Amino acid sequence: MNSDRVERATKASRAFAFVALPILAALVALPWWGEPGEMRLVGEMAYYVALAQLWNLLAGYAGLVSVGQQAYVGLGGYALFYLTGPLNMNVYLALLLAGPFAGLVSIPVAFAVFRLRGAYFAIGTWVVSEVFALSASLIVVLGAGSGLSLTPAIFRQISPDRDSRDALLYLMTLAASLLVCAVVYLLLRSRHGLALTAIRDSEPASASLGVNTFRTKFIIYIATAACTGLVGGLIFLQKLRISPDAGFSVNDWTVVVIFMVVIGGIGTIEGPFIGMLVYITLREVLADYGTIYLILMGIIAIIAMLKAPMGIWGWVLQRYDLQLFPVGRRLALAPSEKPPEP
Amino acid sequence: MDWLNALIQGILLGGIYALFAIGLSMSFGIMRLVNIAHGDLIVLAAYVALVVSQGTGLDPISSLVVVVPVMFALGYAVQRGLLNLTLSGGLLPPLLVTFGISIIIQNGLQEVFGAYTHRLQEGAIETASLRLPGGISIGVYPLLVFGVAVAAIASLQVLFYRTRLGRAFRAASDDADTAELMGIDNRNLYALALGIAMIFTAIAGVLFAIRTNFDPSAGPIRLILAFEAVIIGGLGSMWGTLIGGMVLGIAQALGSALNPNWQILAGHLAFLVILIVRPSGLFPRTKD
Repeated sequence: MNSDRVERATKASRAFAFVALPILAALVALPWWGEPGEMRLVGEMAYYVALAQLWNLLAGYAGLVSVGQQAYVGLGGYALFYLTGPLNMNVYLALLLAGPFAGLVSIPVAFAVFRLRGAYFAIGTWVVSEVFALSASLIVVLGAGSGLSLTPAIFRQISPDRDSRDALLYLMTLAASLLVCAVVYLLLRSRHGLALTAIRDSEPASASLGVNTFRTKFIIYIATAACTGLVGGLIFLQKLRISPDAGFSVNDWTVVVIFMVVIGGIGTIEGPFIGMLVYITLREVLADYGTIYLILMGIIAIIAMLKAPMGIWGWVLQRYDLQLFPVGRRLALAPSEKPPEP
Repeated sequence: MDWLNALIQGILLGGIYALFAIGLSMSFGIMRLVNIAHGDLIVLAAYVALVVSQGTGLDPISSLVVVVPVMFALGYAVQRGLLNLTLSGGLLPPLLVTFGISIIIQNGLQEVFGAYTHRLQEGAIETASLRLPGGISIGVYPLLVFGVAVAAIASLQVLFYRTRLGRAFRAASDDADTAELMGIDNRNLYALALGIAMIFTAIAGVLFAIRTNFDPSAGPIRLILAFEAVIIGGLGSMWGTLIGGMVLGIAQALGSALNPNWQILAGHLAFLVILIVRPSGLFPRTKD
């Protein structure tokens, strides 16, 4: 006779779904109504959201503050270029293999860097990425220091004419980004998500309650590496060429991503979206003033860390009980059993 | 003989890496602060020396008279005004605030000085060398840098173990809360610690910029080298840091003797191997 239930969706999340679905539909249809420049920008936003969600999963939930995720962007990109170029593989097949390849490489890396704690883990992952970058610049089949380019024959496999190729690439990026966001969201809703949230809030406490923190972190590290590799493959498929400096760039693939997550709100799914919008807006508005936008991002990140460590979304959460992506659980009491108002 | 030569070059190279590492090691040892902007502060010191020597006609090493106080003041102010606020909130705040400082310095330098490479000119001493029997030659300048590194670490040992200030540093390092109860003002102490760390960072920046080209993006690799020297040597041990720098220098020199392109890579690989075999370094002292 008990009708209490555990609820997941919130009013805000239902309302948000009504707003978000048409926006999403408009983005999917962008190739039919937008300019190529808009498509490029939205595509970039899509892969940055994916990278930000992945870094947030690592740092915001699993407590693994990596400064070395560019390793997997570069590995994914190089895998794609090597498989399609020297090995003559079909481009779609190569793209599918880019993620698993990055994931595979991340397994021995995890065993090395997991020996470091905290900030030392951060710099250790960075060193590993430098090792990959330097190795790529020494390997002749990878084009050494100057890198590799995609030949016209390869990108004609995607589509022979340019417009539909741009559209297809855009849609693939959007799909990959949605896939990554969906994986992160569903993971956080699952029991592993419960374990991750517990680790986020207190690692010793979650370990004492039976969460296998090492295994959970290990799996998250490998999974994010694989997803980052896939995104990396897509990024460089659009750029048409890759070099050690571009592929393993700490600034492009990790630093700005960290700023996005921190400014938007670390440890939330909404944060990376907001942070990405702040970054892209600043960059586009200040496009004529060189690197001022990066200095500004640095200042905002410092202020955010000191004044609002949970970022913009954390600040919103403190004031309003909003959850656009409900990953928590809440108990809805049956009406008769509602506790008396105080 | 080539190998012996490489070994000696490597040991001397370790001197500059140890100098890079002293500031990082101090701020970690005393405040448990990992300063991501450390490499950029080294490069910033080089730019300050560039401005001073162009403005006054002083040679770079004499310009330290100005560079050292400037960097000390900067270190004191940054710790007092910014980093002290981050020390109670776990891992992320100090990491991200110093990350922000790093990006601001890098891009600020790029806005002011452009992306060109610069080098400080010290004159004849840069290329002078000592000839030893058996075809071994030792550069006077690397020897001088190595001597400065040894002197710097020796003076820090005196500071830590023979002075009141050093006792306060050690007390705060062991247990910050209890040190505060004993009447130590941690905020001022930490600011002094970063200020002193910046003195050594200033020296490291000027000495490295006399030998090597630098540009606004030269900081991160210096941070990584400093970090590797600290970890190889073991956290909290100053002499260990010197050994760590030497191990790194030797690995790089041997790698570069095999193939000039392998220098940096060989150093990173040596670091990773030591990390796997001895995760807490060769001479660990501070507990994380």
